[in-house]
Order: sequence, then C-alpha cells, then structure tokens
Amino acid sequence: MRALTDGWLMAGRNMRHVVRAPEEIILYFTLPIMFVLVFGYVFGSGMTVPGQGSYREFLLPGVFVMTMLYGLGATASAIAVDAGRGVVDRFRSLPMARSALLSGRAGADLVRACLEMTTLVVCGLLVGWQWREGIGPALAAVALILLLRVAMTWVGILFGLLVPNPDTVAVVVFPLAFPLTALSNVFVAPELMPDWLGAIAAWNPLSATVAAARDLFGNPGLGGDSWPARHALELAIAWPLALIAVAAPAAVRSYRRLGR
Amino acid sequence: MTDDTTAVLADGIRKRYGRTTALDGFDLAVPAGTVYGVLGPNGAGKTTAVRILTTLLRFDAGRARVAGYDVASDPDRVRAAISLTGQYAAVDEVLSGRQNLVLFGRLRRLSARRARRRAEELLDRFGLTEAADRSAGTYSGGMRRRLDLAASLVVPPRVLFLDEPTTGLDPRSRNGLWTAVRELVADGTTVLLTTQYLQEADHLADRVCVIDTGRVVAEGTPEHLKARIGADRLELVVADATDLPAAATVVERATGAAATVDAELRRVDAPVADRIAVLTAVLRALDDAGIAVEDVLVRRPTLDEAFLRLTGAHADAQRVGVAS
Ligand SMILES: Nc1ncnc2c1ncn2[C@@H]1O[C@H](COP(=O)(O)OP(=O)(O)OP(=O)(O)O)[C@@H](O)[C@H]1O
Ligand SMILES: [Mg+2]
Repeated sequence: MRALTDGWLMAGRNMRHVVRAPEEIILYFTLPIMFVLVFGYVFGSGMTVPGQGSYREFLLPGVFVMTMLYGLGATASAIAVDAGRGVVDRFRSLPMARSALLSGRAGADLVRACLEMTTLVVCGLLVGWQWREGIGPALAAVALILLLRVAMTWVGILFGLLVPNPDTVAVVVFPLAFPLTALSNVFVAPELMPDWLGAIAAWNPLSATVAAARDLFGNPGLGGDSWPARHALELAIAWPLALIAVAAPAAVRSYRRLGR
Repeated sequence: MTDDTTAVLADGIRKRYGRTTALDGFDLAVPAGTVYGVLGPNGAGKTTAVRILTTLLRFDAGRARVAGYDVASDPDRVRAAISLTGQYAAVDEVLSGRQNLVLFGRLRRLSARRARRRAEELLDRFGLTEAADRSAGTYSGGMRRRLDLAASLVVPPRVLFLDEPTTGLDPRSRNGLWTAVRELVADGTTVLLTTQYLQEADHLADRVCVIDTGRVVAEGTPEHLKARIGADRLELVVADATDLPAAATVVERATGAAATVDAELRRVDAPVADRIAVLTAVLRALDDAGIAVEDVLVRRPTLDEAFLRLTGAHADAQRVGVAS
C-alpha cells in the first residue's frame, strides 16, 4: 500500500521534472517518428514479405516493439542521473517505501510510453499501416507492447543502477539493443533465417510480442510452426512478467545497496 | 539500552572505507531533549558518524540506537523518528522550493492540503517565499541549505541530525537556524549537530564531544571542554616601551590576573575570562591614560587549537581584534 502511494508520489515528481524542462518532450516524439519513417517508409517500400501482404505492414508492429526496447536507454540514464543526485540521500533517510524511487520511474515511463505509442500509431497510419481485426484486438496488441515496455523499464532501471554513470549508459545500451532486434522477427521472419539463428530469433522475447501483435492487428507475418511461434500470445505475456519478476526485485536490492 | 532518556547511542562503531579507517571505536550518548555538538576537523569522521546514525551507511562493528531503535536491524523505525540535513544539500534541484517541501510532506504522510500549508509556513519562516516557485537548482548555496533544513522540519522529528548546518550561511541565516534549533528543542526534539566551530557548539550545545581520526578525544559540557582547553589570553603591544609598566597595571586591573611583560616585543599579556568586556575596558583605560597601542589581540581557542591542546601540542595565537 505504502509502496503504491509512495511510487505514485515519485511518479508525480518525475512528471513535474518533465513539465519544468519541457525540451525533453521533443525526444518523446523524435525516436518514434524517425523509426517509423526510416524503417517503415524507406525499407518498407523496397522489400516484400513471403506470402501475401506488404512488407511495411509486416514491419510496423516490429518497429513499435523496437521503439519500446530503445526506451530502455532513456530509463536507464534517467535512473543513473537520479541515483547520483544528492536528493537520494533524503529519500533514503525518509520512512518511505524503498521501491518508490524506482516504481515512480517505471510509472512515469509508462506515461511516456503511452505518448510514444500514440505517436507510433499515428505515424504508422500515415505511412499506410493499419489494423484489420477491429479496435478490440488492436488495443490488446497495444497493451501487450506496453507490457513489454514495462519489463524493459525495469531492466533499464536495474541497468541504470548497475552502471551508475549516466554517460556510459547510452554507450552500453545501444550496442546491446541493436543485436537484440536483429536477432528477432522484427525485420525478417525467423523461418527465413538459418535454422539455429531462426531458433534464437523465435525464442527472443521481442519476437513473442511482435508475433502476437501482428496477429492481433491482422498484419501479415508467417507464423511458422515452431513452438514459440504457436504460443506467441502466451509468451508475449509470460516473457515480460518473467523479466519484471527478475529485474524489479534485483533493482530494489541494488538501490538499497547504493552508497553503503 | 531502550530507555527514553538516551536519544542517540553509539557504542564502539567502526567503519572502514577500503584502507581508510573513518570511525575507530566511536562512542556517543545523547540525552533526549538536548542539543549535542560533535566537533572535529576535516576528515575526523563527523559525516561518517551522521550517515551511519541516519541509516544511510552500513558499519563494520559496534552498535547504534536512535530514538530507542536499533539502526542496523530496525532502520525503518529509525527513519520515521529522524530527519537529516546533511553536509551537502539533499533537495531536488529540478523541482521548485515549494514542490520540494510539498513532496517531502506527502512522503511523510501529510495530506495534500496539509503538505501545501506546511510548505507555505516553512517557506515563509526560512525567507524563501520569493524564490518558492524557482527550481531549487537556481538557488544560492545558502538558500539551498535553508531549503534543505526546511525539508527536515516538514514534520518535526524526534531526533534531528545536522551535519555542519551553518557552513556557508551568512550571519543572519545562521542566527535564524540557531533560533529554529532552540525552538525545536523547546518542543522536545533532540538535536545532534556537527560543526567545526567551537563557538557554535558553545552557543547551542548542552554537551559536546571532540573527535579526531574516528575516535572521541574529549567529551563533556562546553564549559568543561573550555576549561580543559584553557582560557583566552589578551595580548597588547604598546607603541612606546616606556609605557609598559603603566599598560601592565591597566591590564591587571581589567583582567584581575597577573600580566606578563615582554620588554623586547613591547608586549603585555594576561589570561581573560570575558573577552569582550575586558577588551573594551582595557582599550578605554589605555585611552584615558594616554597610552598609545600598536596592536591588541585576544588569543581565542579555535577548534584546531582546542584540538592541539587536547592532544597535548602547543597552540598558536589567533588575531581577533586590532586597535591602535
Ligand atoms: N566514500 C568514501 N570513500 C573513501 N573514504 C571516505 C569516504 N567517505 C569518507 N572517507 C574518509 O573517511 C574519513 C572521514 O570522513 P568524513 O567525511 O566522515 O569526515 P568529516 O569529519 O565529515 O570531515 P569534513 O569536516 O571535511 O566534512 C576521511 O579520511 C575520508 O577521507
Ligand atoms: Mg563532513
């Protein structure tokens, strides 16, 4: 209970930060717009998907998920900056929930993710992507993508606490994130990869969310008949929950150890 | 010890940072409802002790209790009972002063409305009303320290820790802070403050201890400590050596103590109890007698001096007043 109210207060603090330094909001929109335009429009025009359907429609759910993954970098550096601030001493000497600083970050980043998701969908519609299964499944797909983002947030928080120098965070996150997207079904269907690569790509947590989202949006994408491909929806729920279950307690533990 | 009469208790605390020993068997007992001063030079271990007692830092050995709760095993209860104003201001630099105080009030379970009202009171009291809506990052050092102190008083704590609270404050802010501390103590708060200024401890504290390299080297009331350090001395240099006997008489009459005369330096010197009264009396009497004075100074025990004396070394004079 206290963890919730304190987390809520800290999320409010993070959002007040944004209001006081609104330049940062521009960043909320640039990455999604850039990703959709570059990947969706430039790449999406030249390639075709196996089976029927356009590559652009195949690609966009992947781009949505990729944007959420890259959000991890912003989360990690925000928490690293925060952990280095003097005010953390006050938070740590207050009788507040130990998790509040972190869950406040997670809460504020979820709000940010909703803005990013809206931007992504609007840009997607502008370049010709659409959902074909009705609004209900489309919203379910968005919810799955946001769930993944919450998991990425906690991974980012853990990361930001382990690498507590805001400058190194960005340097480390991007080289790690890119292979993760390349080794998934974001750009290429795993069935078209060499067997071993395809297996890795199919089990990639990103692939589960992307496959489930494609399905719910009614966008093209070969299912394949590997086990993870057939259980994409279950995995799209299980993977993020598992990541949260591991990363969140680990993050709270390393926050407690800060400065000790 | 779980009695209510000891608000802060430290027993043989040790803390090492790698090869540096910051605290080496640190002991402390602060009676509830009093002001306790921890004196020490740079690197003595003051901040380390405060951070340990406020649950921010783990320690290697020893025992610590604050407000009746064990610091190591019951940190949450300790946190609920204390506030800390650390050596470096711990406020959110992006938020405004008002937003800071409201946030800390809310985190201390005040309702939104109570937190806002309390923030208003504190802003007013610490002279921050005008700057209330600016980012704390734009505050001057002294303003930030005032905001930091206000943040510690959002809910009056049972035990307040102040780590060098007046360093960097102008005299007016310092007096304001001293007043605030006295009011808190009148309402039952126990205050532990660290300082490098003997004068500050003398002014505020009921008891003091002096620490050096992580260990208490002296403990007692300020009077007790000053007695150990020894009295101030008045030193006076006359312009003309022939005035020396007359000057010595004047000084002896004002201080009520025997004066020593150094003819070569044209200097008279004597111990003084009440520095300002003696200084005024001496200067007036010399003026009346028409004796020209080249220099007057009162040797005043600084912390370093106190320190050197406590460890048996010789102290140097410090010039506090010049007249001619
Ligand atoms: N994080 C740290 N890592 C290594 N050594 C430290 C650390 N913090 C303090 N020390 C060392 O511990 C000793 C005590 O430091 P501390 O900050 O407690 O002194 P202090 O009495 O507060 O000094 P000051 O008056 O300068 O604030 C010093 O020798 C210092 O160098
Ligand atoms: Mg210090």
